[in-house]
Amino acid sequence: MATSTINDEEIKKFSDLAEQWWDPSGQFKPLHKFNPVRLAYIREQVLAHFSLEGTKRQPFEGMKFLDIGCGGGLLCEPMARLGAEVTGADASERNIGIAKVHAEQSGLDIKYLATTSEALAAKGEQFDVVLNMEVVEHVADVPLYLKSCSALVKPGGLMFIATINRTAKAYALAIIGAEYVLGWLPRGTHSFSKFLTPEEITSIISRHGMTIRDRSGVSYNPLHDQWRKSRDMAVNYMLLAEKKT
Amino acid sequence: MGKSSDYDVAIVGGGPAGLTLGLALSQFVPDLRVLVLDRKEFKIPDDARSLALAAGVTRIFEVLGIWDKMSAHAAPIAHMRVTDSGTGDISRPLFLSFDGDVHPGRPFAHMVPFRDIVGALLEVARSRVELKAQAQVRSLNTGGATAELVLQDGSAVCAKLIIAADGSRSALRDMAGIKTINHDYHQNGLVTTISHEIDHGDTAFEHFRPAGPFASLPLPGSRSSLVWTESRAQAMHLKFLSRDEQARIIEASMGNCLGKVELEEPIQSFPLRLCLARDFVVPRLALLGDAAHAIHPITGQGLNLGLKDVAALSEVIIEAVRHGEDHGDLNVLRRYERWRRLDVALMAMVTDSLNRLFSNEAVALRIVRDFGLGLVDRMPLIKKSLMRHAAGQDPGGPKLLSGQDI
Repeated sequence: MATSTINDEEIKKFSDLAEQWWDPSGQFKPLHKFNPVRLAYIREQVLAHFSLEGTKRQPFEGMKFLDIGCGGGLLCEPMARLGAEVTGADASERNIGIAKVHAEQSGLDIKYLATTSEALAAKGEQFDVVLNMEVVEHVADVPLYLKSCSALVKPGGLMFIATINRTAKAYALAIIGAEYVLGWLPRGTHSFSKFLTPEEITSIISRHGMTIRDRSGVSYNPLHDQWRKSRDMAVNYMLLAEKKT
Repeated sequence: MGKSSDYDVAIVGGGPAGLTLGLALSQFVPDLRVLVLDRKEFKIPDDARSLALAAGVTRIFEVLGIWDKMSAHAAPIAHMRVTDSGTGDISRPLFLSFDGDVHPGRPFAHMVPFRDIVGALLEVARSRVELKAQAQVRSLNTGGATAELVLQDGSAVCAKLIIAADGSRSALRDMAGIKTINHDYHQNGLVTTISHEIDHGDTAFEHFRPAGPFASLPLPGSRSSLVWTESRAQAMHLKFLSRDEQARIIEASMGNCLGKVELEEPIQSFPLRLCLARDFVVPRLALLGDAAHAIHPITGQGLNLGLKDVAALSEVIIEAVRHGEDHGDLNVLRRYERWRRLDVALMAMVTDSLNRLFSNEAVALRIVRDFGLGLVDRMPLIKKSLMRHAAGQDPGGPKLLSGQDI
């Protein structure tokens, strides 16, 4: 068995929630709400980086995407609709089962694998774009995990990382606010000590041939009940890194 | 079993809102498969009225490249004069400028013959959008990843998203099980066309009277279109007067600002009733225009609101398609609902009475509450956004309304 960085307890926690993945008003509501801002960011950056034609219905045609920690397929399905050849990887068999069923219902062709980034990297597979969204804060061995993710990016390709910063503000909003006050997330979803700062991530991945191309904060606007890109990276943030050619 | 065909969006109802939506979608996502169905033939209606198109709405047509085709007989409303006695700070005419991106030197509205609006839309739609006439919907199934319409002839149309643009008595709305909130204002809306002694100078007049607002909208020549409200009793009373007597009452209501007037047609009177859908969207279906919200009489207000719906809905659909989202998903459609609900609720209130806007007695206010805006705890917020709206400073409005591409 390959060395795994995924914590068994983490897998169990999410598998229990898995059936609700695709219910927009269910327990994954925050993720559904969060999705448009990530999708817009991915689209914009991928179009720009690879000089793709944005007016096309399927601008990502011919590109290989990997979504690590794909869950129920919330990101895989949109990428497939945009023409990408998508692989979704998740350590939870149950998530993969749900994602497969849903993709079939949606009439989308997506390759779902119950596996880890380490196992995929060991096989030597590489992708134009690796999506690493809302995963790193749940991982047991971050350096090992990010090393394998970086290895999965083709030279000249991109990796998106989205996660939560380790700041007092993040503690207040992402844990106290989201889990205790608003009840958006089940208590215990996140643990503060596992949050990473953008600098920590940057420092790890730069050792594996990745260069940061863009950094962006994501903030919640309670008036519009919407997430927006912002300059404030103190809570949720996204990093874009390019693999050295 | 009939033949089934697959579309991204199927629009039921080939009125101005439905056609404009079809055009907007196909302009910005050329390979989107869009179908517009109508139970009748697509043709220019036999309706001589001119409707006031708000500036933001004419911008939609500019962006779609059809404004030139419909504006040959358009009369600009360059000025607005409010002649109320007390509440001098109200600068928004009831029937016009709910739009608010008015720029200096630009007419804030145009009076456009309804025939020209539909004529231009149809001409362009015939070459850019797939149209299907005499297609009466027999049943609707929104259960799966694709919605299905079964037509009277037994054929089926499948689409990721169905748009109900089939008017205030929307059959699709009923098929989708969407309930409506109905309110009778116990007032009548009256419309007629007059010719007058003094030139209007491209000015619209708004007169605030105890009985409700009275508006005159300039038509080409020394003619104007009138829209006003009266109590049921007064509306009935007016109806039995001679045209001369009616004209005298109109002159008095207008403070003689256009001099002597003559009626070109009988006064038409409609009960002011609001029909508001409780939900604008359900999975795989969205209501558009009068199907979502109807306020009688049809003074053009309905059309303006419907076209603002188009601006919001087309942007929501196009963004979803560009992000790779399932554009028929409830989560996506709710963005449209959220975007339009406040504006529509505001209209309902404004129609009830400008003067009682913030009165607790306003029935419309209660309707808005029922309507689920959570008005009670968000009251300061609503007030603030009302004022912004009134001042024409709506941030984050649909792009088409400010003349931008989507």
